[in-house]
Amino acid sequence: MSKEPLFGKTYDELRAIATLLDIPSFSARQIAEWLYKKNISSIEEMTNLSKETRRRLAEKYETGLIPYKKVMESADGTRKYLFPTRQGKFVEAAYIPESRRNTLCLSTQVGCKMGCLFCMTGKQGFQGNLTAGEILNQLRSIPELENVTNLVYMGMGEPLDNLQELMKSLEILTSEYGFAMSPRRITVSTIGLIPGIREFLKKSNCHLAVSLHSPFEEERRHLMPVESVYSLAQVIEELKSIDMGKQRRISFEYIMFRDMNDTPRHVRELVRLLGGMRCRINLIRFHPVPGVPLKSSDSVKMEQFREALNKKGLFTTIRQSRGEDIYAACGMLSTKTPAGETDRDF
Amino acid sequence: MNYYHENCVNSCNKGGKNIKKLIVSDNPSLLPSSAEFIKTKVIDNEQIAEGVFLISLERHFDFDPGQVTGIHFKPAPDARLYSIASGINDEHIKILFDIQPGGFISPFLAERKKGDNLFVTTPFGWFTCYEKPAWWIATGTGIAPFASMFFSGLGKDKILIHGGRTAGSFFFQEEFAAVLQENYIRCCPGENREGIYSGRLTAWLEEQENLPADQAFYLCGRAEMVVEVRDILIRKGIPFKNIYSEIYF
Repeated sequence: MSKEPLFGKTYDELRAIATLLDIPSFSARQIAEWLYKKNISSIEEMTNLSKETRRRLAEKYETGLIPYKKVMESADGTRKYLFPTRQGKFVEAAYIPESRRNTLCLSTQVGCKMGCLFCMTGKQGFQGNLTAGEILNQLRSIPELENVTNLVYMGMGEPLDNLQELMKSLEILTSEYGFAMSPRRITVSTIGLIPGIREFLKKSNCHLAVSLHSPFEEERRHLMPVESVYSLAQVIEELKSIDMGKQRRISFEYIMFRDMNDTPRHVRELVRLLGGMRCRINLIRFHPVPGVPLKSSDSVKMEQFREALNKKGLFTTIRQSRGEDIYAACGMLSTKTPAGETDRDF
Repeated sequence: MNYYHENCVNSCNKGGKNIKKLIVSDNPSLLPSSAEFIKTKVIDNEQIAEGVFLISLERHFDFDPGQVTGIHFKPAPDARLYSIASGINDEHIKILFDIQPGGFISPFLAERKKGDNLFVTTPFGWFTCYEKPAWWIATGTGIAPFASMFFSGLGKDKILIHGGRTAGSFFFQEEFAAVLQENYIRCCPGENREGIYSGRLTAWLEEQENLPADQAFYLCGRAEMVVEVRDILIRKGIPFKNIYSEIYF
Protein backbone atom coordinates (compact mmCIF):
# COMPACT_ATOMS: atom_id res chain seq x y z
CA MET A 1 0.00 0.00 0.00
CA SER A 2 1.40 3.39 -0.95
CA LYS A 3 2.18 5.92 1.71
CA GLU A 4 0.11 9.01 2.31
CA PRO A 5 1.35 12.13 0.53
CA LEU A 6 2.46 15.15 2.54
CA PHE A 7 2.29 17.53 -0.41
CA GLY A 8 -1.09 19.24 -0.33
CA LYS A 9 -1.43 19.14 3.47
CA THR A 10 -2.33 22.42 5.14
CA TYR A 11 -0.39 23.66 8.16
CA ASP A 12 -3.14 22.44 10.48
CA GLU A 13 -3.02 19.00 8.88
CA LEU A 14 0.77 18.90 9.26
CA ARG A 15 0.40 19.82 12.94
CA ALA A 16 -2.05 16.96 13.34
CA ILE A 17 0.47 14.62 11.75
CA ALA A 18 3.15 15.87 14.13
CA THR A 19 0.89 15.09 17.07
CA LEU A 20 0.02 11.69 15.63
CA LEU A 21 3.67 10.75 15.16
CA ASP A 22 4.72 12.27 18.46
CA ILE A 23 7.30 14.52 16.83
CA PRO A 24 7.90 18.15 17.85
CA SER A 25 5.00 20.40 16.89
CA PHE A 26 7.37 22.95 15.37
CA SER A 27 8.25 20.28 12.82
CA ALA A 28 4.96 21.11 11.07
CA ARG A 29 6.23 24.52 10.00
CA GLN A 30 9.58 23.06 8.96
CA ILE A 31 7.86 20.40 6.85
CA ALA A 32 5.63 23.04 5.24
CA GLU A 33 8.65 25.10 4.29
CA TRP A 34 10.39 22.10 2.75
CA LEU A 35 7.27 21.15 0.84
CA TYR A 36 6.19 24.56 -0.40
CA LYS A 37 9.22 26.84 -0.38
CA LYS A 38 12.12 24.53 -1.18
CA ASN A 39 12.27 22.17 -4.07
CA ILE A 40 12.81 18.93 -2.20
CA SER A 41 11.50 15.65 -3.50
CA SER A 42 12.00 13.33 -0.52
CA ILE A 43 11.58 13.39 3.23
CA GLU A 44 15.28 12.54 3.54
CA GLU A 45 16.09 15.99 2.16
CA MET A 46 14.34 17.73 5.08
CA THR A 47 17.65 18.11 6.81
CA ASN A 48 16.63 20.40 9.64
CA LEU A 49 14.41 17.64 10.98
CA SER A 50 16.11 15.14 13.25
CA LYS A 51 16.89 11.75 11.79
CA GLU A 52 14.35 10.20 14.17
CA THR A 53 11.64 12.64 13.00
CA ARG A 54 12.43 11.89 9.38
CA ARG A 55 12.34 8.17 10.08
CA ARG A 56 8.93 8.39 11.73
CA LEU A 57 7.60 10.55 8.92
CA ALA A 58 8.94 8.26 6.21
CA GLU A 59 7.31 5.22 7.79
CA LYS A 60 3.84 6.46 6.93
CA TYR A 61 4.29 9.35 4.53
CA GLU A 62 5.99 10.39 1.34
CA THR A 63 6.22 13.79 -0.32
CA GLY A 64 3.73 12.63 -2.94
CA LEU A 65 5.11 14.67 -5.81
CA ILE A 66 4.19 13.25 -9.20
CA PRO A 67 6.35 14.04 -12.25
CA TYR A 68 4.57 14.88 -15.48
CA LYS A 69 4.40 12.08 -18.02
CA LYS A 70 4.34 14.07 -21.21
CA VAL A 71 4.73 17.63 -22.44
CA MET A 72 3.65 19.17 -25.75
CA GLU A 73 4.78 22.57 -26.96
CA SER A 74 2.72 24.89 -29.15
CA ALA A 75 4.13 27.07 -31.89
CA ASP A 76 3.18 30.02 -29.67
CA GLY A 77 5.23 28.71 -26.73
CA THR A 78 2.33 27.31 -24.69
CA ARG A 79 3.21 23.99 -23.07
CA LYS A 80 0.69 21.35 -22.13
CA TYR A 81 1.65 18.90 -19.39
CA LEU A 82 0.06 15.51 -18.81
CA PHE A 83 0.05 14.41 -15.17
CA PRO A 84 -0.94 11.02 -13.80
CA THR A 85 -3.07 11.06 -10.64
CA ARG A 86 -2.69 8.72 -7.70
CA GLN A 87 -5.83 6.90 -8.88
CA GLY A 88 -4.24 6.04 -12.23
CA LYS A 89 -6.11 8.72 -14.19
CA PHE A 90 -4.67 11.69 -16.05
CA VAL A 91 -5.11 15.46 -16.07
CA GLU A 92 -3.62 18.26 -18.11
CA ALA A 93 -2.19 21.64 -17.17
CA ALA A 94 -1.25 24.43 -19.60
CA TYR A 95 1.65 26.82 -19.09
CA ILE A 96 1.12 30.03 -21.08
CA PRO A 97 4.14 32.36 -21.29
CA GLU A 98 3.51 35.98 -22.21
CA SER A 99 5.67 39.06 -22.34
CA ARG A 100 4.65 40.44 -18.96
CA ARG A 101 3.35 37.40 -17.15
CA ASN A 102 3.36 33.64 -17.23
CA THR A 103 0.10 31.89 -16.48
CA LEU A 104 -0.46 28.30 -15.45
CA CYS A 105 -3.90 26.84 -16.08
CA LEU A 106 -4.73 24.19 -13.46
CA SER A 107 -7.15 21.27 -13.49
CA THR A 108 -9.24 20.33 -10.47
CA GLN A 109 -11.02 17.19 -11.66
CA VAL A 110 -10.41 14.29 -13.99
CA GLY A 111 -13.04 15.08 -16.60
CA CYS A 112 -16.08 17.09 -15.62
CA LYS A 113 -19.70 16.50 -14.61
CA MET A 114 -21.11 19.68 -16.03
CA GLY A 115 -21.57 18.59 -19.65
CA CYS A 116 -21.28 21.99 -21.33
CA LEU A 117 -22.00 21.56 -25.02
CA PHE A 118 -18.90 23.41 -26.24
CA CYS A 119 -16.30 21.83 -23.96
CA MET A 120 -13.94 18.99 -24.84
CA THR A 121 -13.37 18.08 -21.19
CA GLY A 122 -17.09 17.49 -20.73
CA LYS A 123 -17.00 14.89 -23.49
CA GLN A 124 -15.00 12.52 -21.32
CA GLY A 125 -17.48 12.57 -18.45
CA PHE A 126 -16.32 12.58 -14.87
CA GLN A 127 -13.68 10.27 -13.44
CA GLY A 128 -12.91 11.86 -10.10
CA ASN A 129 -11.80 14.81 -8.01
CA LEU A 130 -8.18 15.81 -7.60
CA THR A 131 -6.76 16.24 -4.12
CA ALA A 132 -5.24 19.57 -3.13
CA GLY A 133 -1.86 17.88 -3.53
CA GLU A 134 -2.65 16.79 -7.06
CA ILE A 135 -3.88 20.27 -7.93
CA LEU A 136 -0.74 21.92 -6.55
CA ASN A 137 1.50 19.26 -8.02
CA GLN A 138 0.68 20.69 -11.47
CA LEU A 139 2.50 23.84 -10.36
CA ARG A 140 5.22 22.26 -8.29
CA SER A 141 6.28 19.66 -10.84
CA ILE A 142 6.75 21.72 -13.97
CA PRO A 143 10.18 23.11 -14.85
CA GLU A 144 8.73 26.65 -15.10
CA LEU A 145 7.74 26.66 -11.41
CA GLU A 146 9.84 29.72 -10.60
CA ASN A 147 8.56 31.62 -13.65
CA VAL A 148 4.85 31.27 -12.99
CA THR A 149 3.31 34.62 -12.08
CA ASN A 150 -0.41 33.87 -12.36
CA LEU A 151 -2.61 30.86 -11.75
CA VAL A 152 -6.00 30.26 -13.28
CA TYR A 153 -8.26 27.40 -12.24
CA MET A 154 -9.65 27.01 -15.74
CA GLY A 155 -8.35 23.60 -16.74
CA MET A 156 -10.22 20.32 -16.57
CA GLY A 157 -13.21 20.17 -14.24
CA GLU A 158 -15.44 22.56 -12.36
CA PRO A 159 -13.37 23.90 -9.45
CA LEU A 160 -16.36 24.68 -7.24
CA ASP A 161 -17.59 21.10 -7.63
CA ASN A 162 -14.44 20.07 -5.77
CA LEU A 163 -14.73 22.80 -3.20
CA GLN A 164 -12.92 21.29 -0.24
CA GLU A 165 -9.76 20.45 -2.15
CA LEU A 166 -9.93 23.72 -4.07
CA MET A 167 -10.05 25.73 -0.84
CA LYS A 168 -7.19 23.73 0.66
CA SER A 169 -5.08 24.35 -2.43
CA LEU A 170 -5.85 28.09 -2.28
CA GLU A 171 -4.91 28.22 1.39
CA ILE A 172 -1.55 26.61 0.68
CA LEU A 173 -0.92 28.86 -2.30
CA THR A 174 -1.69 32.10 -0.46
CA SER A 175 -0.48 31.33 3.07
CA GLU A 176 2.77 32.56 4.49
CA TYR A 177 3.69 28.97 5.35
CA GLY A 178 2.94 27.87 1.79
CA PHE A 179 3.71 29.40 -1.60
CA ALA A 180 2.89 32.90 -0.27
CA MET A 181 1.31 33.95 -3.56
CA SER A 182 -0.87 37.01 -3.74
CA PRO A 183 -4.54 36.05 -4.13
CA ARG A 184 -4.68 38.80 -6.74
CA ARG A 185 -2.68 36.55 -9.01
CA ILE A 186 -5.08 33.66 -8.75
CA THR A 187 -8.40 33.34 -10.58
CA VAL A 188 -10.93 30.58 -10.00
CA SER A 189 -13.42 29.90 -12.74
CA THR A 190 -16.91 28.49 -12.31
CA ILE A 191 -19.94 27.83 -14.45
CA GLY A 192 -22.05 29.22 -11.64
CA LEU A 193 -22.50 26.75 -8.79
CA ILE A 194 -24.09 29.05 -6.26
CA PRO A 195 -23.19 26.96 -3.19
CA GLY A 196 -19.54 27.06 -4.14
CA ILE A 197 -19.58 30.73 -5.12
CA ARG A 198 -20.77 31.79 -1.69
CA GLU A 199 -18.28 29.61 0.12
CA PHE A 200 -15.43 30.68 -2.13
CA LEU A 201 -16.16 34.40 -1.80
CA LYS A 202 -16.49 34.07 1.96
CA LYS A 203 -13.23 32.23 2.53
CA SER A 204 -10.91 33.38 -0.25
CA ASN A 205 -9.68 36.68 -1.65
CA CYS A 206 -8.83 35.27 -5.05
CA HIS A 207 -10.51 36.51 -8.19
CA LEU A 208 -13.62 34.82 -9.57
CA ALA A 209 -14.46 34.22 -13.21
CA VAL A 210 -17.97 33.12 -14.15
CA SER A 211 -18.68 31.34 -17.44
CA LEU A 212 -21.58 33.27 -18.89
CA HIS A 213 -21.72 32.55 -22.65
CA SER A 214 -25.28 33.80 -23.07
CA PRO A 215 -27.31 36.36 -21.13
CA PHE A 216 -30.52 34.59 -22.12
CA GLU A 217 -31.48 31.76 -19.80
CA GLU A 218 -33.18 29.62 -22.43
CA GLU A 219 -30.19 29.90 -24.75
CA ARG A 220 -27.69 29.30 -21.94
CA ARG A 221 -29.67 26.25 -20.88
CA HIS A 222 -28.87 24.55 -24.18
CA LEU A 223 -25.19 25.36 -23.85
CA MET A 224 -24.82 24.64 -20.15
CA PRO A 225 -27.10 22.12 -18.39
CA VAL A 226 -26.33 23.74 -15.02
CA GLU A 227 -28.71 26.53 -16.02
CA SER A 228 -31.60 24.16 -15.24
CA VAL A 229 -30.59 24.17 -11.57
CA TYR A 230 -28.71 27.41 -10.91
CA SER A 231 -29.91 30.07 -13.29
CA LEU A 232 -27.72 32.90 -14.46
CA ALA A 233 -30.18 35.40 -12.96
CA GLN A 234 -29.67 33.76 -9.56
CA VAL A 235 -25.90 33.78 -9.99
CA ILE A 236 -25.90 37.48 -10.83
CA GLU A 237 -28.24 38.19 -7.95
CA GLU A 238 -25.84 36.40 -5.61
CA LEU A 239 -22.84 38.27 -6.93
CA LYS A 240 -24.57 41.62 -6.68
CA SER A 241 -25.52 40.91 -3.07
CA ILE A 242 -21.94 40.26 -1.94
CA ASP A 243 -19.43 42.94 -1.05
CA MET A 244 -16.44 42.08 -3.22
CA GLY A 245 -14.09 44.65 -1.72
CA LYS A 246 -11.97 46.91 -3.84
CA GLN A 247 -9.29 44.47 -4.81
CA ARG A 248 -11.22 41.42 -5.88
CA ARG A 249 -12.12 41.15 -9.53
CA ILE A 250 -15.18 39.44 -10.95
CA SER A 251 -14.93 38.60 -14.60
CA PHE A 252 -17.35 36.95 -16.98
CA GLU A 253 -16.10 34.55 -19.62
CA TYR A 254 -17.96 34.75 -22.89
CA ILE A 255 -17.15 32.30 -25.67
CA MET A 256 -18.38 33.77 -28.92
CA PHE A 257 -20.47 31.56 -31.19
CA ARG A 258 -21.23 32.75 -34.69
CA ASP A 259 -24.81 33.91 -35.25
CA MET A 260 -25.79 32.61 -31.87
CA ASN A 261 -24.62 34.83 -29.04
CA ASP A 262 -22.84 37.61 -30.95
CA THR A 263 -25.76 39.85 -31.90
CA PRO A 264 -26.77 43.38 -30.82
CA ARG A 265 -29.58 41.76 -28.85
CA HIS A 266 -26.95 40.00 -26.76
CA VAL A 267 -25.09 43.23 -26.19
CA ARG A 268 -28.25 44.89 -24.91
CA GLU A 269 -29.08 42.02 -22.59
CA LEU A 270 -25.53 41.83 -21.22
CA VAL A 271 -25.69 45.54 -20.45
CA ARG A 272 -29.02 45.10 -18.71
CA LEU A 273 -27.82 42.06 -16.77
CA LEU A 274 -24.42 43.30 -15.67
CA GLY A 275 -25.08 47.02 -15.49
CA GLY A 276 -23.95 48.46 -12.18
CA MET A 277 -21.55 45.62 -11.41
CA ARG A 278 -17.85 46.26 -11.10
CA CYS A 279 -16.72 43.55 -13.47
CA ARG A 280 -15.05 42.80 -16.75
CA ILE A 281 -16.00 40.60 -19.67
CA ASN A 282 -13.49 38.39 -21.45
CA LEU A 283 -14.49 37.45 -24.98
CA ILE A 284 -13.06 34.11 -26.03
CA ARG A 285 -12.82 32.60 -29.46
CA PHE A 286 -14.53 29.22 -29.71
CA HIS A 287 -12.17 26.37 -30.50
CA PRO A 288 -14.00 23.72 -32.52
CA VAL A 289 -14.87 20.50 -30.73
CA PRO A 290 -15.72 17.40 -32.80
CA GLY A 291 -19.46 16.84 -33.13
CA VAL A 292 -20.40 20.23 -31.70
CA PRO A 293 -22.61 22.22 -34.09
CA LEU A 294 -21.18 25.61 -33.14
CA LYS A 295 -18.76 27.89 -34.93
CA SER A 296 -16.65 30.71 -33.64
CA SER A 297 -17.51 34.32 -34.38
CA ASP A 298 -14.91 35.90 -36.64
CA SER A 299 -12.39 38.46 -35.45
CA VAL A 300 -14.30 41.42 -36.87
CA LYS A 301 -17.48 40.40 -35.10
CA MET A 302 -15.63 39.90 -31.86
CA GLU A 303 -14.06 43.34 -32.07
CA GLN A 304 -17.43 44.93 -32.85
CA PHE A 305 -18.97 43.11 -29.91
CA ARG A 306 -16.17 44.29 -27.63
CA GLU A 307 -16.54 47.89 -28.78
CA ALA A 308 -20.30 47.82 -28.32
CA LEU A 309 -19.94 46.59 -24.74
CA ASN A 310 -17.16 49.02 -23.92
CA LYS A 311 -19.28 51.91 -25.24
CA LYS A 312 -22.03 50.87 -22.85
CA GLY A 313 -19.63 50.96 -19.94
CA LEU A 314 -18.84 47.26 -19.60
CA PHE A 315 -15.07 46.82 -19.60
CA THR A 316 -14.50 44.12 -22.19
CA THR A 317 -11.40 42.48 -23.61
CA ILE A 318 -10.70 39.76 -26.15
CA ARG A 319 -8.61 36.98 -24.72
CA GLN A 320 -5.79 35.92 -26.94
CA SER A 321 -6.12 32.32 -28.04
CA ARG A 322 -3.13 30.22 -27.04
CA GLY A 323 -2.04 26.63 -27.58
CA GLU A 324 -4.76 25.62 -30.05
CA ASP A 325 -2.36 23.51 -32.14
CA ILE A 326 -1.67 21.24 -29.15
CA TYR A 327 -5.28 21.23 -27.90
CA ALA A 328 -4.34 23.35 -24.91
CA ALA A 329 -6.63 26.29 -25.63
CA CYS A 330 -9.78 27.15 -23.71
CA GLY A 331 -12.19 24.24 -23.58
CA MET A 332 -9.87 21.83 -25.35
CA LEU A 333 -8.21 19.96 -22.48
CA SER A 334 -9.13 16.30 -22.40
CA THR A 335 -7.65 13.03 -21.21
CA LYS A 336 -10.44 10.85 -22.54
CA THR A 337 -8.15 8.30 -24.12
CA PRO A 338 -5.74 7.85 -21.23
CA ALA A 339 -8.61 7.97 -18.73
CA GLY A 340 -10.28 4.97 -20.35
CA GLU A 341 -13.90 3.91 -20.22
CA THR A 342 -15.82 4.54 -17.04
CA ASP A 343 -18.49 2.53 -15.34
CA ARG A 344 -21.58 2.95 -17.53
CA ASP A 345 -25.26 2.59 -16.77
CA PHE A 346 -26.44 3.25 -20.31
CA MET B 1 -27.38 26.59 17.07
CA ASN B 2 -30.92 27.69 16.39
CA TYR B 3 -31.22 27.21 12.67
CA TYR B 4 -34.96 27.31 12.48
CA HIS B 5 -38.06 28.08 14.42
CA GLU B 6 -41.28 26.24 14.02
CA ASN B 7 -43.62 29.12 14.67
CA CYS B 8 -42.54 30.94 11.53
CA VAL B 9 -45.19 29.55 9.30
CA ASN B 10 -45.87 30.25 5.69
CA SER B 11 -48.68 28.44 4.11
CA CYS B 12 -49.73 27.36 0.70
CA ASN B 13 -52.93 25.83 -0.46
CA LYS B 14 -52.85 22.43 -2.12
CA GLY B 15 -56.16 20.98 -3.10
CA GLY B 16 -57.92 22.98 -0.46
CA LYS B 17 -55.54 21.75 2.19
CA ASN B 18 -53.52 24.32 4.04
CA ILE B 19 -49.91 23.16 4.09
CA LYS B 20 -47.70 24.54 6.82
CA LYS B 21 -44.16 25.44 5.94
CA LEU B 22 -41.66 25.52 8.77
CA ILE B 23 -39.28 28.12 7.50
CA VAL B 24 -35.69 28.40 8.59
CA SER B 25 -35.14 31.81 10.06
CA ASP B 26 -31.37 31.95 9.97
CA ASN B 27 -30.74 30.50 6.57
CA PRO B 28 -27.07 29.58 6.22
CA SER B 29 -27.75 27.76 3.03
CA LEU B 30 -25.55 27.90 0.01
CA LEU B 31 -28.53 27.22 -2.15
CA PRO B 32 -30.22 29.85 -4.28
CA SER B 33 -31.34 32.71 -2.06
CA SER B 34 -34.95 31.86 -2.79
CA ALA B 35 -34.57 28.36 -1.30
CA GLU B 36 -35.59 27.96 2.32
CA PHE B 37 -35.10 24.99 4.61
CA ILE B 38 -38.14 23.21 5.96
CA LYS B 39 -38.18 20.60 8.69
CA THR B 40 -39.97 17.46 7.59
CA LYS B 41 -40.53 13.87 8.66
CA VAL B 42 -39.84 10.57 6.99
CA ILE B 43 -43.06 8.76 6.11
CA ASP B 44 -41.46 5.68 4.59
CA ASN B 45 -38.09 4.54 3.28
CA GLU B 46 -37.99 1.55 1.00
CA GLN B 47 -35.00 -0.12 -0.62
CA ILE B 48 -36.24 -0.86 -4.13
CA ALA B 49 -33.02 -2.24 -5.62
CA GLU B 50 -29.49 -2.89 -4.49
CA GLY B 51 -28.27 0.40 -3.04
CA VAL B 52 -31.31 2.30 -4.34
CA PHE B 53 -34.00 3.74 -2.09
CA LEU B 54 -37.32 5.54 -2.45
CA ILE B 55 -37.89 7.76 0.56
CA SER B 56 -41.25 9.40 1.22
CA LEU B 57 -41.39 12.64 3.17
CA GLU B 58 -44.09 14.83 4.62
CA ARG B 59 -45.01 17.39 2.03
CA HIS B 60 -44.81 21.09 2.86
CA PHE B 61 -44.68 22.79 -0.53
CA ASP B 62 -45.94 22.82 -4.07
CA PHE B 63 -43.53 22.24 -6.93
CA ASP B 64 -43.26 21.90 -10.66
CA PRO B 65 -42.54 18.40 -11.92
CA GLY B 66 -38.81 18.20 -12.69
CA GLN B 67 -37.69 20.49 -9.88
CA VAL B 68 -35.09 19.59 -7.26
CA THR B 69 -34.96 19.94 -3.50
CA GLY B 70 -31.94 20.19 -1.24
CA ILE B 71 -31.78 17.59 1.55
CA HIS B 72 -29.71 17.57 4.72
CA PHE B 73 -29.91 16.41 8.31
CA LYS B 74 -29.63 20.07 9.32
CA PRO B 75 -30.15 23.37 7.50
CA ALA B 76 -26.60 23.53 6.30
CA PRO B 77 -24.74 24.89 3.29
CA ASP B 78 -23.83 21.56 1.79
CA ALA B 79 -27.32 20.19 1.24
CA ARG B 80 -27.45 17.65 -1.56
CA LEU B 81 -29.82 18.21 -4.45
CA TYR B 82 -32.29 15.53 -5.48
CA SER B 83 -34.98 15.58 -8.14
CA ILE B 84 -38.46 15.11 -6.74
CA ALA B 85 -39.86 11.81 -8.04
CA SER B 86 -43.50 12.15 -7.00
CA GLY B 87 -46.41 13.81 -8.73
CA ILE B 88 -47.74 17.26 -7.99
CA ASN B 89 -50.94 15.88 -6.50
CA ASP B 90 -49.32 13.15 -4.42
CA GLU B 91 -49.70 13.42 -0.67
CA HIS B 92 -45.99 12.97 0.01
CA ILE B 93 -42.73 14.05 -1.55
CA LYS B 94 -40.76 11.09 -2.87
CA ILE B 95 -37.05 11.05 -3.54
CA LEU B 96 -35.29 8.32 -5.47
CA PHE B 97 -31.65 8.01 -4.54
CA ASP B 98 -28.75 5.63 -4.63
CA ILE B 99 -25.98 5.37 -2.10
CA GLN B 100 -22.95 7.26 -3.31
CA PRO B 101 -19.65 5.73 -2.21
CA GLY B 102 -17.99 8.29 0.03
CA GLY B 103 -21.13 10.42 0.10
CA PHE B 104 -22.30 11.83 3.41
CA ILE B 105 -25.98 12.43 2.76
CA SER B 106 -27.05 9.35 0.82
CA PRO B 107 -25.77 6.77 3.39
CA PHE B 108 -27.46 8.84 6.09
CA LEU B 109 -30.69 8.97 4.10
CA ALA B 110 -30.60 5.21 3.55
CA GLU B 111 -30.76 4.66 7.31
CA ARG B 112 -33.70 6.97 7.98
CA LYS B 113 -36.82 5.39 9.41
CA LYS B 114 -40.44 6.46 9.62
CA GLY B 115 -40.77 9.45 11.95
CA ASP B 116 -37.17 10.63 11.61
CA ASN B 117 -36.62 14.32 10.95
CA LEU B 118 -34.95 15.73 7.86
CA PHE B 119 -34.52 19.15 6.35
CA VAL B 120 -35.52 19.86 2.78
CA THR B 121 -35.42 23.08 0.85
CA THR B 122 -38.23 24.64 -1.04
CA PRO B 123 -38.03 23.38 -4.63
CA PHE B 124 -36.15 25.07 -7.40
CA GLY B 125 -34.82 24.40 -10.87
CA TRP B 126 -36.15 24.65 -14.40
CA PHE B 127 -35.88 21.12 -15.78
CA THR B 128 -39.56 21.11 -16.53
CA CYS B 129 -41.40 19.74 -19.54
CA TYR B 130 -44.91 20.81 -20.38
CA GLU B 131 -44.31 20.34 -24.09
CA LYS B 132 -45.85 17.57 -26.03
CA PRO B 133 -44.88 15.55 -27.81
CA ALA B 134 -41.41 15.08 -26.36
CA TRP B 135 -38.84 12.41 -25.64
CA TRP B 136 -37.63 11.59 -22.16
CA ILE B 137 -34.30 9.77 -21.90
CA ALA B 138 -32.93 8.58 -18.57
CA THR B 139 -30.74 6.05 -16.85
CA GLY B 140 -30.58 4.91 -13.24
CA THR B 141 -32.03 7.34 -10.73
CA GLY B 142 -32.07 9.93 -13.52
CA ILE B 143 -35.61 8.70 -14.09
CA ALA B 144 -36.77 10.72 -11.06
CA PRO B 145 -37.74 14.01 -12.77
CA PHE B 146 -39.56 12.09 -15.50
CA ALA B 147 -41.36 10.03 -12.88
CA SER B 148 -42.53 13.30 -11.33
CA MET B 149 -43.73 14.54 -14.72
CA PHE B 150 -45.41 11.21 -15.44
CA PHE B 151 -47.15 11.01 -12.07
CA SER B 152 -48.26 14.61 -12.60
CA GLY B 153 -50.19 13.64 -15.70
CA LEU B 154 -47.67 14.83 -18.26
CA GLY B 155 -47.05 11.42 -19.87
CA LYS B 156 -49.34 11.96 -22.85
CA ASP B 157 -47.50 12.02 -26.19
CA LYS B 158 -44.19 11.26 -24.52
CA ILE B 159 -41.70 8.58 -25.47
CA LEU B 160 -39.61 7.36 -22.56
CA ILE B 161 -36.27 5.70 -23.26
CA HIS B 162 -35.09 4.10 -20.05
CA GLY B 163 -31.61 2.61 -19.67
CA GLY B 164 -30.51 0.32 -16.88
CA ARG B 165 -27.69 -1.99 -15.88
CA THR B 166 -30.07 -4.79 -14.93
CA ALA B 167 -33.73 -5.60 -15.48
CA GLY B 168 -34.30 -4.66 -11.85
CA SER B 169 -33.09 -1.13 -12.29
CA PHE B 170 -36.09 0.14 -14.23
CA PHE B 171 -37.68 1.99 -11.38
CA PHE B 172 -41.46 2.64 -11.79
CA GLN B 173 -41.48 0.41 -14.88
CA GLU B 174 -44.91 -1.11 -14.14
CA GLU B 175 -46.53 2.32 -13.99
CA PHE B 176 -44.72 3.56 -17.10
CA ALA B 177 -45.47 0.41 -19.13
CA ALA B 178 -49.16 0.43 -18.22
CA VAL B 179 -49.71 3.94 -19.54
CA LEU B 180 -47.03 4.59 -22.12
CA GLN B 181 -47.16 1.07 -23.58
CA GLU B 182 -45.11 0.98 -26.81
CA ASN B 183 -43.79 4.44 -26.03
CA TYR B 184 -41.89 3.02 -23.06
CA ILE B 185 -38.59 1.53 -24.23
CA ARG B 186 -36.30 -0.21 -21.80
CA CYS B 187 -32.68 -0.85 -22.74
CA CYS B 188 -30.46 -3.23 -20.87
CA PRO B 189 -27.25 -4.87 -22.14
CA GLY B 190 -27.33 -8.66 -21.92
CA GLU B 191 -31.04 -8.79 -21.09
CA ASN B 192 -33.05 -10.95 -23.50
CA ARG B 193 -36.43 -10.61 -21.85
CA GLU B 194 -39.41 -9.69 -24.02
CA GLY B 195 -40.14 -6.02 -24.01
CA ILE B 196 -36.57 -5.05 -23.19
CA TYR B 197 -34.09 -3.99 -25.84
CA SER B 198 -30.92 -6.02 -25.35
CA GLY B 199 -28.27 -3.37 -25.53
CA ARG B 200 -27.31 0.03 -24.31
CA LEU B 201 -29.66 2.94 -24.55
CA THR B 202 -27.13 4.62 -26.81
CA ALA B 203 -27.17 1.62 -29.16
CA TRP B 204 -30.95 1.81 -29.40
CA LEU B 205 -30.73 5.49 -30.30
CA GLU B 206 -28.04 4.78 -32.89
CA GLU B 207 -30.39 2.31 -34.59
CA GLN B 208 -33.18 4.87 -35.01
CA GLU B 209 -33.31 6.27 -38.50
CA ASN B 210 -35.84 9.07 -38.29
CA LEU B 211 -35.76 10.84 -34.99
CA PRO B 212 -38.11 13.84 -35.14
CA ALA B 213 -36.02 16.98 -35.41
CA ASP B 214 -38.93 19.18 -34.41
CA GLN B 215 -39.56 17.54 -31.05
CA ALA B 216 -37.92 18.23 -27.71
CA PHE B 217 -35.57 15.72 -26.08
CA TYR B 218 -35.07 15.75 -22.32
CA LEU B 219 -32.07 13.91 -20.88
CA CYS B 220 -31.27 13.11 -17.26
CA GLY B 221 -28.50 11.00 -15.79
CA ARG B 222 -24.79 10.93 -15.25
CA ALA B 223 -22.59 13.27 -17.24
CA GLU B 224 -21.18 10.48 -19.43
CA MET B 225 -24.65 9.39 -20.48
CA VAL B 226 -26.01 12.86 -21.10
CA VAL B 227 -23.00 13.94 -23.16
CA GLU B 228 -22.95 10.77 -25.24
CA VAL B 229 -26.70 10.80 -25.88
CA ARG B 230 -26.59 14.49 -26.77
CA ASP B 231 -23.82 13.80 -29.29
CA ILE B 232 -25.86 11.01 -30.88
CA LEU B 233 -28.96 13.17 -31.12
CA ILE B 234 -27.04 16.03 -32.70
CA ARG B 235 -25.40 13.63 -35.14
CA LYS B 236 -28.85 12.36 -36.08
CA GLY B 237 -30.06 15.83 -36.91
CA ILE B 238 -31.71 17.00 -33.68
CA PRO B 239 -30.99 20.74 -33.25
CA PHE B 240 -29.18 21.28 -29.96
CA LYS B 241 -31.81 23.88 -29.15
CA ASN B 242 -34.31 21.03 -28.87
CA ILE B 243 -32.18 19.16 -26.30
CA TYR B 244 -32.60 19.81 -22.57
CA SER B 245 -30.26 18.17 -20.08
CA GLU B 246 -30.03 17.67 -16.38
CA ILE B 247 -26.87 16.14 -14.99
CA TYR B 248 -26.15 14.76 -11.52
CA PHE B 249 -23.53 16.79 -9.78
